[in-house]
Amino acid sequence: MRRRTVYLLIFILALFGFALWSIVPVNTKLLGPNGLRLGLDLKGGSQLLYEADLSKKDPTITDAEAMASVIDKIQRRVDQYGAAEPVIQKLGTDRILVQLPGVKNIDEALKLIGQVAELDFREQKIDASSGNTTWVIAKAVGSNGTEEELTGKYLKPNATVELDPQKNKPVIAFEWNTEGAILFKQITTRNLNKPLGIFLDNELISAPTVQAVIEAEGVITSETWTLQEAKTLAIQLNSGALDLPLTIIDQRDVDASLGADSVRQSILAAAIGVILLSLFMLLYYRLPGLIACCSLGIYGVFLLAIFSLFSSHITLTLPGFAGFIVSLGMAVDANVLIFERMKEELRGGRSLAAAVEAGFNRAWPAIRDSNITTFIACIILFWLGGTFGAFMVRGFALILSIGVALSMFTAIVVTRTFLRLIIGSKAITNPAAYGVTSVPAKRGT
Amino acid sequence: MIDFVGKKQWFFLISWILVITGIASLIISQIQLGTPLRLGIDFTGGTSMMLHFNPQVEQEQLRQELTNLGHPEAIIQRGEDDFLIRLREISPQEREDLIKELEVSLGSEITVHEYDMVSGNIATETARNAIIAVIIAAVAMLFYIVWAFRRMPKPFRWGTCAVICLIHDVFIIVGIFSLLGWLGGVEIDALFITGLLAVVGYSINNIVVVFDRIRENISRHISSDFAVTVNSSIVETLGRCLNTSLTTLFVILALFLFGGATIHYFVLVLLLGVIIGTYDSICVAGPLLVVWEKGEWSALLPWAKRPA
Repeated sequence: MRRRTVYLLIFILALFGFALWSIVPVNTKLLGPNGLRLGLDLKGGSQLLYEADLSKKDPTITDAEAMASVIDKIQRRVDQYGAAEPVIQKLGTDRILVQLPGVKNIDEALKLIGQVAELDFREQKIDASSGNTTWVIAKAVGSNGTEEELTGKYLKPNATVELDPQKNKPVIAFEWNTEGAILFKQITTRNLNKPLGIFLDNELISAPTVQAVIEAEGVITSETWTLQEAKTLAIQLNSGALDLPLTIIDQRDVDASLGADSVRQSILAAAIGVILLSLFMLLYYRLPGLIACCSLGIYGVFLLAIFSLFSSHITLTLPGFAGFIVSLGMAVDANVLIFERMKEELRGGRSLAAAVEAGFNRAWPAIRDSNITTFIACIILFWLGGTFGAFMVRGFALILSIGVALSMFTAIVVTRTFLRLIIGSKAITNPAAYGVTSVPAKRGT
Repeated sequence: MIDFVGKKQWFFLISWILVITGIASLIISQIQLGTPLRLGIDFTGGTSMMLHFNPQVEQEQLRQELTNLGHPEAIIQRGEDDFLIRLREISPQEREDLIKELEVSLGSEITVHEYDMVSGNIATETARNAIIAVIIAAVAMLFYIVWAFRRMPKPFRWGTCAVICLIHDVFIIVGIFSLLGWLGGVEIDALFITGLLAVVGYSINNIVVVFDRIRENISRHISSDFAVTVNSSIVETLGRCLNTSLTTLFVILALFLFGGATIHYFVLVLLLGVIIGTYDSICVAGPLLVVWEKGEWSALLPWAKRPA
């Protein structure tokens, strides 16, 4: 019995050491080598939920393929834009969730991500009867002998923004791939000294006059562009046009300063709460209370270690923080259940060691049943949060369930081991230390 | 020993008053505002922005400008040094334009601290899912309790009593938020539902602890009278229930007072839930079992004339 307790203690201390190691260095990045992953509400940034119009997809591919392709292109756009730790995922069949932590100019990011960006080149046709001119997409014979429309899909993904030295205006320099070059050569030959319209999503950007037959490369200019708009278009051309038009159906932006305020306030609140809680436990339960505070400290370190080790999966949000705090309350609850049981057994005249064992054994069904119900609530919340990309709801459910599981472990394993050791060492035997003032005369055993 | 079971009429009366006040508030709010609870954009769709002006502008001036810019529907709330503005659903482009136009017309630099936009159809879906979630939670709890107490005679009765308590908690909290919405303009959002489900989990947690003790005391045959068994179980678990709730309250109260505005009402749900959940696990759940066991249904309606 004694030996098993010592082994358990060594195991707990080793685990604690490992947990401590995983959360150092404690620095400005907040704990651990990877830092904690803070949610948008704490870090600032944007969350966008898009709905794709699957009725507009190319009928030769499946819905899932079209969505995968759109997500891939959004990923490339976001990567080139330079957002740190973006999250892009599919929700349901036709929704895409995009999280951009720390992005300052969200209007820019919105245009970059959500626009289809279908580029095409058009030539002017004059209607013989009315004399009106209309733009029609330029077609030419491709390498396999069929007529192809000249669109952005023949561009090499290396378009760059350059500054036109004469006009001091941004221009996009692009190169055609082999197929594009074949088409472009025919079209520029045909339209020599005529305007060639460059359209983006059916809107005319510019219509320069073709000065020479061009094959491999070209530039796109516009009178009205800002440098940023040109950069956005270059990124979009390089990622390719989206296969489906997207509409934004949910958007949440949080300013970083607001997030920083929230972090500070929450930490203050947690500190005050934990101090009050510890005082109460110490005054009311005395020695076991002290042990509970220790195991609560261990609980806190373990939980932080889990956040730190799985920082790529667990995002800490404000409600998640509340979940953490509620789980602290539940961690105490398991201890309270056990101690109350222990006190009863002591009052009933049992020896300390027997009271500790009976306290744990009898409290266990209540701890188990009550925590399972909390788990059930968490699972339902996790489902609910997933249906509309509510990272706050999910954050709460995830952290609360981790906290509940961990609190069962600390109460059943850590607190019990500590209590057994102290009682086994016979260092403190006065029942008053365990919060029982009057022990009835021992019943005959 | 405190006689909780003997005073059950009083506890039921208190519960009825709380629940009926809540329902009355829901009805009055429905009549006055056209909605039983003031729903946030999570459930209705629309745009909400927290704007910071430098230099500060007057609320009336802002309202005037928003009306001029085609937003007579705007609801403006003044925060510490920010304005919270609710508008119909607008596109990102409209939003950018609106901010620019406001900056020009008010001659003040605007920082957008928070911006939420929810389209109507996703809002409807969220509202539906939230209701489904609460119902699933109640049913799942019912089944779990029935399973956990399967060795007891009539386990379904234990589950039903627990779920009645849960519904009681949910009604009281919803009622309080209806009152807050009606009198104080407080809106409910997706986090409100989250809080409600957390409360359901917490409250059932307490009820299970009491029921667990009743189960244990029944198997120990401490009394032939079910009412006495239940009452001593309540008294024996009283210390634990109050202490657990107190420790949880400490942390939640700290979070409520110092934890920042974003989760203020979410934490309020938790706070109310802990208090009401503790009350019902001590004063309602056990007595309800006794009423059912003994068929004293008249005790449920404390104002009704008692049979001689």
